[in-house]
Amino acid sequence: MTEIYEELGLTKEEYEQIKEILGREPNLLELSMYSVMWSEHCAYKYSRPLLKTLPTEGPHILQGPGENAGAVDIGDGLAVVFKIESHNHPSAIEPFQGAATGVGGILRDIFTMGARPVALLDPLRFGLLGKPRVKYLFEEVVAGIAGYGNCCGIPTIGGDLYFEDAYEGNPLVNVMCIGLAQHEDLTKGCASGDGNVALLIGAKTGRDGIGGVSVLASREFDEGAEEKRPSVQVGDPFTEKLLIEACLELAKKRLLVGLQDLGGAGLTCATCETTSRSGTGMDVDVSKVLRREEGMVSFETMISESQERMLAIVAPPNLTAVLEICSKWGLNTAQIGEVNTTGILRIFEGDKLAGEMPARSLADDAPVYQGKSKKPEYLVETENFDPSQLEIPDNLNKVLMKMMGSPNICSRQWVYQQYDHMVQTNTAVLPGSDAGVIRIKGTRKAIAASTDCNGRYCYLDPYTGAQIALAEAARNLVCSGAKPLAVTNCLNFGSPEKPQCFWQFEQAVKGLGEACREFETPVIGGNVSFYNESFGEAIYPTPVIGMVGLIDDINHMGTPAFKEDGALVVLLGPTYPELGGSEYLKVMHNLVTGRPPRLDIELEKRVQDCCLTTIREDVILSAHDCSEGGLGVALAECCILGNRGVEVDYKEEQEMDLCHWLFSESQSRIVVSLREQNLPKLRNEAERLQIPLTILGRTGGNRLLIGGRISLAIEEVTRKWQGALECMIKT
Amino acid sequence: MRFGVVIFPGSNCDQDCYYAAQLMGEEVDYIWHSTTKLENLDCLILPGGFSYGDYLRTGAIARFSPVMQAINDFAQDGGLVIGICNGFQILLEAGILPGAMLKNQDLKFICRYVNLRVENDRTPFTGAISRGSVLRIPIAHNEGNYFVDAKTLADMEKNNQIVLKYCDENGKVNQKTNPNGSMKNIAGIVNKQGNVFGLMPHPERALEDLLGSTDGKLIFQSIIDWVRDRQRILEKG
Repeated sequence: MTEIYEELGLTKEEYEQIKEILGREPNLLELSMYSVMWSEHCAYKYSRPLLKTLPTEGPHILQGPGENAGAVDIGDGLAVVFKIESHNHPSAIEPFQGAATGVGGILRDIFTMGARPVALLDPLRFGLLGKPRVKYLFEEVVAGIAGYGNCCGIPTIGGDLYFEDAYEGNPLVNVMCIGLAQHEDLTKGCASGDGNVALLIGAKTGRDGIGGVSVLASREFDEGAEEKRPSVQVGDPFTEKLLIEACLELAKKRLLVGLQDLGGAGLTCATCETTSRSGTGMDVDVSKVLRREEGMVSFETMISESQERMLAIVAPPNLTAVLEICSKWGLNTAQIGEVNTTGILRIFEGDKLAGEMPARSLADDAPVYQGKSKKPEYLVETENFDPSQLEIPDNLNKVLMKMMGSPNICSRQWVYQQYDHMVQTNTAVLPGSDAGVIRIKGTRKAIAASTDCNGRYCYLDPYTGAQIALAEAARNLVCSGAKPLAVTNCLNFGSPEKPQCFWQFEQAVKGLGEACREFETPVIGGNVSFYNESFGEAIYPTPVIGMVGLIDDINHMGTPAFKEDGALVVLLGPTYPELGGSEYLKVMHNLVTGRPPRLDIELEKRVQDCCLTTIREDVILSAHDCSEGGLGVALAECCILGNRGVEVDYKEEQEMDLCHWLFSESQSRIVVSLREQNLPKLRNEAERLQIPLTILGRTGGNRLLIGGRISLAIEEVTRKWQGALECMIKT
Repeated sequence: MRFGVVIFPGSNCDQDCYYAAQLMGEEVDYIWHSTTKLENLDCLILPGGFSYGDYLRTGAIARFSPVMQAINDFAQDGGLVIGICNGFQILLEAGILPGAMLKNQDLKFICRYVNLRVENDRTPFTGAISRGSVLRIPIAHNEGNYFVDAKTLADMEKNNQIVLKYCDENGKVNQKTNPNGSMKNIAGIVNKQGNVFGLMPHPERALEDLLGSTDGKLIFQSIIDWVRDRQRILEKG
């Protein structure tokens, strides 16, 4: 017979610890509250020690990890607030609502800080589209994100999409949100001030999300024979939109002491985190919570994950004004609690005391676990694979066309045209570029953002893979003309209880931390998603990086398209024959093996410097980073987006076959185009920074011509690239 | 002149429209959905968005808002009204414009630039553009598939109520250039009186080169010119 605490997901040791904290046995309400707050998702038991090694501070960081989102100063009294989160497991079960509520949750994390959400990005990963279930998950996830984001009026300006076997049972649905606020409007999630009111705003509370704790639902209480079935969370973006407007108005009018959104672990989390931060306590009366189902018992009310709810801490003199604003926006409110100085969270059912726990014990005192770590055996094989032994095909036209139509390279237009990416009239660079760019009205500034992670690289070498994710995000930002500022990360891994997975996590965090320090992009917050595995098979370790940068003047922005005929095309950075983990290896040989490309961080930084400087000084016309598919794909993309051709020479002294030169995925490379008269300026800068510079050729005509061995009509390449994804979905 | 931007619960292009009016150099106010009195306004803008979350049908609930009676009266008195996207849908549900919106043919939300041919250059909203001109303006909608019964369509065509049609960059109107299955590629219409304009594309998103197109300016300029001309006539008389 299993113990209740076991069914709730707590270990015996954790149970004993709770007993020690309380000095007695916990009752069912208290046990369920600890079980959700001490879950891996909420408490980061396995990840906290390693996350502590990440750099989180910097001169322009206003808020690091610890609040609902991080905040960075961008000058002119403005702050950019951002964070990324995952909704992987719900999306695997109910993809539309799982993805939709993922968007809802991350939006709330941003506007709870008093920042207006101005952009969303969605990094997604699925299995291969040949499987009907994968197709279903993919279509529904995209529709869910669209449905929620569009209705709330937040543009989805970027993201990424990968199809790999490894994600078949465990799709990854991460969502990043960016918001803007004046410094003085930034709001914290704190419950301070003896006698202040805890006000619940928004949707009524139901039994959503209690499903996981099924033993409680199946235990008969005195509420009768009604079967307590877990319900799928259903998002209501209309209510969310009203919440956004009301909360921002409340923040602007300085009517709040604190504001916190309700997400995982619902009211339990919101009450214990806010009091814990302030060192205060709170009396909560569950009978005051507006419920939309009958017969809900206190633990259900406390751990429900009903969406679109916020907890506001209000000083009594401001209460009337707060209620008026909420009423104006048509939102329900309920005064459910009162702040005190005891440090204890007490739950009442009317007059009856139902449970009491020290707030900090719930929020901060979950145990920390050191995972066992072991380098996986598959690496012995993959690390020793030599891709240069593979046969080189003759017909490079065929190879490039196949690459352009392959699932990880083809255009994502089918996805992003379902997202309203223009609402708020700030989107200066539309999806399909290297980074999304949002201009800031009333200033000359703009924010650029990108999400990146090549899971394959991380599988083959998690340390390097994580560093490359960081480097690539920064590279994408500088190609847009932005200086990278800070990072949010969504660390998607398998089970931390498996030594191989924990090793991957350890290595990735180590690599990430070092790279963040080198690039001076601190981590201001993020999310860990463990246990992404099915039938013992884990996903590729996938530490997704969401990076934000600042463009000082929108007149100096970069985009990939070749803009003019007769422009010189130049490659910044070195090319080595590096096919390990490449798209070429996968598409042409169906292999995921080898070592990912090397990353020389110092060189990478200098190449990025060169790009940023030459964009700011109008030396170059276009910039595009080389990533999956290497130089060949990058050149094709510049042509497609610019609707013009290019002629590229291939010099013998490159010392590798043209095929390898084109599809190697060497890092630290950017393809730029410029007017010939500006070449001396570019050369000077490259020499000063000591980075390799190769003149590739010239733009013009309507064909992609490379090294005498590739000759393709741009129209043909465009058609293949644009139509591939829709084709894969429809067959 | 003075624009008024109506805000329904769930409207999300209201701030964009407000900014647009300011960019065009004119005065502008927000109008709350519970307002029953409209004063000092020359042109009302019903902005895009998801009023009432598109519950029941898009625009179906907004049309019962207290402000709709005032908008009706304003329109009857000859005031200018422009309904953009959800605004257009609300005007259809309210019966101020004829027809209805169905779901896009492909059953998916579409956000992209389209080309529009100006069919009628004699409305207050197209006075500054010549007939046959092609405008490049973005759409972003789930329900842009315009439908109206055959008899009403015939009347509308006779009265020159069809104002904008989806076309290609050369002005060619055919099935290929139709993004959502809309009847006869109809993208924008006016009422019989010619003072109420509904269009699915978002002109407020096409006012700056930075964002991709300035063709939306022509629609706003037409409104501004028409109001100025009328003010001049009233002052003289």
